[in-house]
Amino acid sequence: MSRKVPKEQYEKTISYRLKSWLEGSRDLYLGNLEMRPQSPRQEDEGTRRRHQEDKKRVRARVYDTEHNREMLLFKKIYRIFSLLFCVFLVSMLLIGVADLPPFGEADKPVNNEVPQRYIEKGLQETGAVNIVTGMILDYRAFDTLGESHVLFIATCTVLILLRADGKEGERGEEAEMNDRAYEPKNDVILQTAARLLVPFIIIFGIYIILCGHLGPGGGFSGGAVIGAGLILYVSAFGFARAERFFTGATYKWMSFGALACYCLSKTYSFYTGANHIESVIPLGTPGAILSSGLILLLNICVGVVVAGTMYTFYVMFRKGGY
Amino acid sequence: MTVFTCILFVFLIVCAVAASLSRSLLNTVLIFMSYSLVMSVIWVILESPDLAVTEAAVGAGVTTVLFVLTLKKIHAIMGADAAEKEAENELEYRRRRNS
Repeated sequence: MSRKVPKEQYEKTISYRLKSWLEGSRDLYLGNLEMRPQSPRQEDEGTRRRHQEDKKRVRARVYDTEHNREMLLFKKIYRIFSLLFCVFLVSMLLIGVADLPPFGEADKPVNNEVPQRYIEKGLQETGAVNIVTGMILDYRAFDTLGESHVLFIATCTVLILLRADGKEGERGEEAEMNDRAYEPKNDVILQTAARLLVPFIIIFGIYIILCGHLGPGGGFSGGAVIGAGLILYVSAFGFARAERFFTGATYKWMSFGALACYCLSKTYSFYTGANHIESVIPLGTPGAILSSGLILLLNICVGVVVAGTMYTFYVMFRKGGY
Repeated sequence: MTVFTCILFVFLIVCAVAASLSRSLLNTVLIFMSYSLVMSVIWVILESPDLAVTEAAVGAGVTTVLFVLTLKKIHAIMGADAAEKEAENELEYRRRRNS
């Protein structure tokens, strides 16, 4: 982390002493060894100029870019090789694509018993009309849990790298100035458009999340849509208004709650003998919104994590802190 | 394959080549955004609407915003004044080199 530590405290640490020893700023022999007094190095104007001219001459002769044959040759070879590498990469990719079976063909190698079972028994076992959601949030829910954690870790990394450091007061003002240097405040066109669009975008995102098991959609896409809506809101109305409902603490508790909820609701398979297909939760009638067991809950969890992540990325990139 | 799909694919390839050949970084980002949009339409044609929604929201929306923000942070997007100054400097440099 880039936390600042007072200098006196830092000078006491081992790492500082090691660094100063490595850099030579702290001499171990100073004071312990008897030394002949040295005179400071003297250099007059003439010698310094001569040194500089020498350096310039050496540079011109060695690195003469216009007449240096080896360098020209290297440049040519470099270009040829980069071209060859490009051609190689493109041809490999094209060959790989050409080997793919035709789109929609029945007897291709991936069409084995696994997708067959998903297609035939997916509706019975998961209760989700949308087979894709049934797959990723029931049969392979652990994969999706890992994906949510990847997003969370990505946010942590962005936080570590981009978080603006310093005391609260001065940082806030400076960041605000930096932030507004290029953008007009209170842009009428943007605000009017945002006022019209943001509610619909967010409601559409919620719809995609809630109907993930009934139709196309799901947690990730719905969360991304909500995140985009939040970004539009904050770029139109500024951080002061967005912070009334979304701060760093909100994000922290949101993602913690969602990930913990996901973990808890999916670890039941450990207690039921690692067989998480059979569930005690009733599946309900397929097609109803309250059906298919835990999928709705898991979709909401994923959506919350993704929406928070998108928004936090934006805030971190723009201001470096909430 | 219908004519519409062909047009979309050609547009996709043109976008990909133009994004890598464009000089201005902002133009590259915008071309990349249009690439994502066309890609999301192609996802709908390939019968995977959930991917299309994700592509439109992430590829065309959030990624572009993050790219533009980064360009702003590293001062790659210049205002009109700064661009004018840059052009003047360029002219001055050329004049000096020619004389």
